[in-house]
Amino acid sequence: MAVAAAAARVWGSSRGLDRAGLLLLRRPGARGLARSLPRRQEQQHFPSLDDKPQFPGASAEFIDKLEFIQPNVISGIPVYRVMDRQGQIINPSEDPHLPQEKVLKFYRSMTLLNTMDRILYESQRQGRISFYMTNYGEEGTHVGSAAALDNTDLVFGQYREAGVLMYRDYPLELFMAQCYGNVSDLGKGRQMPVHYGCRERHFVTISSPLATQIPQAVGAAYAAKRANANRVVICYFGEGAASEGDAHAGFNFAATLECPIIFFCRNNGYAISTPTSEQYRGDGIAARGPGYGIMSIRVDGNDVFAVYNATKEARRRAVAENQPFLIEAMTYRIGHHSTSDDSSAYRSVDEVNYWDKQDHPISRLRHYLQSRGWWDDEQEKAWRKQSRKKVMEAFEQAERKPKPSPSLLFSDVYQEMPAQLRKQQEALARHLQTYGEHYPLDHFEK
Amino acid sequence: MAAFAATAGGLLRLRAAGSEGQWRRLRGAGLLRGLLQPESATGVAAQRRRVAHFTFQPDPEPREYGQTQKMNLFQAITSALDNSLAKDPTAVIFGEDVAFGGVFRCTVGLRDKYGKDRVFNTPLCEQGIVGFGIGIAVTGATAIAEIQFADYIFPAFDQIVNEAAKYRYRSGDLFNCGSLTIRAPWGCVGHGALYHSQSPEAFFAHCPGIKVVVPRSPFQAKGLLLSCIEDKNPCIFFEPKILYRAAVEQVPVEPYNVPLSQAEVIQEGSDVTLVAWGTQVHVIREVAAMAQEKLGVSCEVIDLRTILPWDVDTVCKSVIKTGRLLISHEAPLTGGFASEISSTVQRSRAIQRAVTGRHPVCRVPSTLPDA
Repeated sequence: MAVAAAAARVWGSSRGLDRAGLLLLRRPGARGLARSLPRRQEQQHFPSLDDKPQFPGASAEFIDKLEFIQPNVISGIPVYRVMDRQGQIINPSEDPHLPQEKVLKFYRSMTLLNTMDRILYESQRQGRISFYMTNYGEEGTHVGSAAALDNTDLVFGQYREAGVLMYRDYPLELFMAQCYGNVSDLGKGRQMPVHYGCRERHFVTISSPLATQIPQAVGAAYAAKRANANRVVICYFGEGAASEGDAHAGFNFAATLECPIIFFCRNNGYAISTPTSEQYRGDGIAARGPGYGIMSIRVDGNDVFAVYNATKEARRRAVAENQPFLIEAMTYRIGHHSTSDDSSAYRSVDEVNYWDKQDHPISRLRHYLQSRGWWDDEQEKAWRKQSRKKVMEAFEQAERKPKPSPSLLFSDVYQEMPAQLRKQQEALARHLQTYGEHYPLDHFEK
Repeated sequence: MAAFAATAGGLLRLRAAGSEGQWRRLRGAGLLRGLLQPESATGVAAQRRRVAHFTFQPDPEPREYGQTQKMNLFQAITSALDNSLAKDPTAVIFGEDVAFGGVFRCTVGLRDKYGKDRVFNTPLCEQGIVGFGIGIAVTGATAIAEIQFADYIFPAFDQIVNEAAKYRYRSGDLFNCGSLTIRAPWGCVGHGALYHSQSPEAFFAHCPGIKVVVPRSPFQAKGLLLSCIEDKNPCIFFEPKILYRAAVEQVPVEPYNVPLSQAEVIQEGSDVTLVAWGTQVHVIREVAAMAQEKLGVSCEVIDLRTILPWDVDTVCKSVIKTGRLLISHEAPLTGGFASEISSTVQRSRAIQRAVTGRHPVCRVPSTLPDA
């Protein structure tokens, strides 16, 4: 005890002392020490402490050679895939052996999304909607992951995950309603197109600021864990959004607070015009996971079965073990960033064509289906016609509907409308009574 | 850095010029005054640091809420949190250092009582704390987030303004984070300097969708905090840190509510309306007493309590009665919340009608909703 007290004066911290004191006074074998130590009154020598660092901040061995760790970017984390680019299973033990109906659902979801994208992109070009973002090339990331989840798993997205909603049978009418901002829009016409949300399908409404959903998803996962809900939360984001501080915050919180969450990064090569070489210098996003203590994997995002397998296993373990998983799905953004973008300004048409023709999630799945005898050219033709017809019908209906009433400008700011907002709502109503002819009120519900 | 925004603009009932001069002199008085007290017999002046520039005035013991206990501000906060976690099994408290009791001891004993899954530390990251809190609230559970000092709330500004405040509106009421409350120590404490003294309520006042509340006392704090936690909108609750220990009064042990968006007239008067919130309420109470004694001026003292949405009617009603308005806050003058109050009061139709007997000119409404 006297030695312990003396050591306290040398080191100061009582916590450090306790460990040192215990090392001295415990029987051999405690904390991995084999030797018994003679108790010395005069000398402050603790040979056992030389063998292992005692810092609370890290659990590691000593090294006496000066060596910087080389970040491995030449040959990074390998890309997990199940199918080759021609849709053939490479390793049969990785084939998820999904039933025909399910795989056909994958295919129909991806192609219906593709068809809807084409028509809505065009409708923006024609001035019918204000803005649109396509999902070309990334359909596999949406559908593969959505299919691996339970229907009640909560989804936080960024903006390029419409296929998740499509897989969950979100009706075309509601996609269109949101893009047109008409009276049927569940969001009451308040946001720009593609900012979908659906409480029934557990898809949290999209917001424009990037990566803000990441720490939110972690909080939701924590609440799900407390509720013993047997639910996972999945959080989608792009490799660009992963640079935001909120991403760092989300990863760290998920790991320290042990949350059942899947972080799903769509690494599609570009953040608007910024290529990945200007977005990060490390080995993508998957390599960051271990830095936070997070189980991580990189997958071929254009291989719907690889995405499915990884998400399925991540889901199982996240819920069972209450820990986060990071999946980096490598893919390519075939379309422009949005209707406000012309990507020929920063990348070659050849590059885009390669991905469109040689490595597309829809083509690869179609080859798989055809090789199984589950799909053929005739069905393809019929389905293309049918899906186009469905989309066009929903589109024409959406166009005809009016916009929501202007009074909805003021509701839902708070749960109850405060006096000051009510006054403004009334002021607007009076203004429109006098000057209504200057506003396109015919297009709006009363 | 007290801000005095006296609005005498359209109001025509002026008193003698002498009293105006007295007001101007008071404006120059700084918030913090060190006092020199010679202590030793040799005559060497020993400086004893005395930084409290006011005396906390407790309110009379409340009778209608059952048994009370002597509590200071942080104990009243602890009591409110204790009540909340007791009756709401989904409620959790998190932030930096809350587990051991918090740097201001507001969460002492709660982790032992309710468990480590309900009262827990987070990594040092305000944007994460608020984002995480929003996520908890989205699932319907009650999230009580602590930001260690209001001075450090800014990394979370995006999550508060762009996300929490707009969650319900942008989703068409499909989703909301109404069960989120953010607490933060606020205001001057004497030695805090630039980064442990700020009053950032004005930044958040400009953000429809959230509520911003500042209590003046332990009794008010517990009732207002309970109201914030139960309110179905995300709330920011600023706690005047200098009052954590300095403010002591009788506070009910059981839960009770003090309503939000209702200002309190804590002293009636006829000559001038004084408005403040938080610590400054006690300063203006002293000012009111001085004005009465030395100038024979009768002050009506209002504690605003909720900054957003604020109680326009109570303030306007008072100004119609007195004809003068003086607002005082610690935060910087330009763009401070006093400017919102004074411009609203001056624009107010009721006041303009009271002054001129005529209807004011129509205002063009803004295109985006603002509270």
